[in-house]
Amino acid sequence: MLLNILNLKMYFPIKKGIFGRVVGYVKAVDDITFSVNLNEVYSLVGESGSGKSTVARCILKLYEPTSGRILFEGRDVTYARGRELLEYRMKIQAVFQNPYLSLNPRMRIIDIVAEPILEHMDVDKADAYRIALELLEKVGLSDELTRRYPSSLSGGQAQRVAIARAIALKPKLVVLDEPTSALDVSLQAQILNLLEDLYNEYRMSYLLISHDLSVVRYISDRVGVMYLGKLVEESYTENLFENPLHPYTQALISAVPEPDATRSKLSKRIVLPGEPPSAISPPSGCRLNPRCPHAMDICRREEPPIIEIEKGHTVSCWLYTKA
Amino acid sequence: MDLEEITSILRLIKLNPLSIVGIAIVATFITLGIISPYIVPYPADAWGYSYNLETRLLPPSSKYLFGTDEMGRDLFSRVLLGTRFSLIIAIGVVGIALAIGIVVGLIAGYMGGSIAMILMRITDMFLAFPPLLLAIAFAATLGRGLVNVIIALALSWWPWYARLIYIQVNSVKNLPFIDAARVIGLSTTKIMFRHILPNSLTPIIIQAALDMGSAILEAAGLSFLGIGVPPPIPEWGLLISQGWALINRAWWLSLFPGIAIVITVIGFNLLADTFQEIMDPRLRSTMVMRGI
Repeated sequence: MLLNILNLKMYFPIKKGIFGRVVGYVKAVDDITFSVNLNEVYSLVGESGSGKSTVARCILKLYEPTSGRILFEGRDVTYARGRELLEYRMKIQAVFQNPYLSLNPRMRIIDIVAEPILEHMDVDKADAYRIALELLEKVGLSDELTRRYPSSLSGGQAQRVAIARAIALKPKLVVLDEPTSALDVSLQAQILNLLEDLYNEYRMSYLLISHDLSVVRYISDRVGVMYLGKLVEESYTENLFENPLHPYTQALISAVPEPDATRSKLSKRIVLPGEPPSAISPPSGCRLNPRCPHAMDICRREEPPIIEIEKGHTVSCWLYTKA
Repeated sequence: MDLEEITSILRLIKLNPLSIVGIAIVATFITLGIISPYIVPYPADAWGYSYNLETRLLPPSSKYLFGTDEMGRDLFSRVLLGTRFSLIIAIGVVGIALAIGIVVGLIAGYMGGSIAMILMRITDMFLAFPPLLLAIAFAATLGRGLVNVIIALALSWWPWYARLIYIQVNSVKNLPFIDAARVIGLSTTKIMFRHILPNSLTPIIIQAALDMGSAILEAAGLSFLGIGVPPPIPEWGLLISQGWALINRAWWLSLFPGIAIVITVIGFNLLADTFQEIMDPRLRSTMVMRGI
């Protein structure tokens, strides 16, 4: 196992008044456990506000989690500092959603990609540039672009630069936070193919954060579904898409437009009423209960346990507890 | 900076005649500031060591371009040498104020929390006073002298830069490329100086160019009030103040140093405008693309 997330919680305090009195918490991530294996693409899906990006930021050590543990290669890195943190950072990299904003507008492309190399590898500037050029070539950027500034690149090109920077240190895990959602469809396919090629070549793992189920289905091995800070279902990709168990997952998957007209007639689209409630005061019991078509008494009273339906397929729903 | 960039900047400058005027004025000012001691026609007059009764208060002529003062000294030589003192004051004041302001603003902005609280409240204490009043207080306390004038002005000036940098840093530090730099594992110092500072500098550099003119103006103000540079240093403000008493008899005494100040300040203001246009790479590339 490469990455273990154990009972991760991230609560953001809500402060009020000039003395910053804490009046409540946004429970962005509330007790999540999952793991990413070596050479695996694991996807976290969910609508905006479900806490999936917060999970990513905790893993990237951009946030310090409220509680829970993050294990990387068996080592606890939750509160890593100094040397330990640096070693962790070299093995885990990220590609962010907005390709323009994730590149320093005042640095040339070549310098952006060479920066992590110069920082962590024992090479001189000429060597760092040479490695950076190779990386840029690998992600499909022409030589002439490398001396330019990010503002003169297209969205797809900028995202390629971000990818080149992410793989520069040959990380074990790359966190992809909505890597294609800012791009148009034809570019999305190109970037996904690039990510797949690199995945095969470097034998790393991806943690993909996305709300785009077609992207998730295309690229991932396993999928975790998040709703309001909770992981409600987890399974192998095909299994999840063919046999979704949780009512929320069912609704999410039925909302994907079906290109095959005959099939779409057969499967009715499930629409959950209302909008996700606020993460400040989530509903008691199962968090989906106000919107769930199958809601029972117990759903309003108690949080559902995590049940393993078959090997690798878990769901957190009272519908499946009848023993 | 590569060739392509330099040509695009040059093209932008060429498209705006006012920026050429600004650059020309500032370039002349700096050159004169450096070489004036070696080219003044009457060096002894310029430094104020001479006293000549026969040439007292002569109006401008071909021999004395700007006329002479009550000590019989050539005013042209004195105004010309004055550029050197104004240059030293401008660079000194803005340089020191920038150094303090950038460090304070950057640390407060990036660190946040109680460090920001303490640093910015200190800044606010300075900002609570009108800057010239504060400078007068400092100058009066420190006593007359070139270095004291520079310190007095810089001390009243840095809080403005600190505040400006602080605001910029706060808007830049949450951008994804700062997250990316942290994920790469860069040290806090490198993130601050390589990623945050260069992206926060544009307004400060423009402000600094403007302030070079204002620093000269305020130093002249202090000299005029008699708490600035001591005579016989030919500082422009001091020259105006000395000529003030004789304005009815010798109009040229205050007029020429006054014109020198006006031209220099305008020059720096035009330069600031030019900076604003060329500092932003996005603005620059779109303007060059559109051919304007």
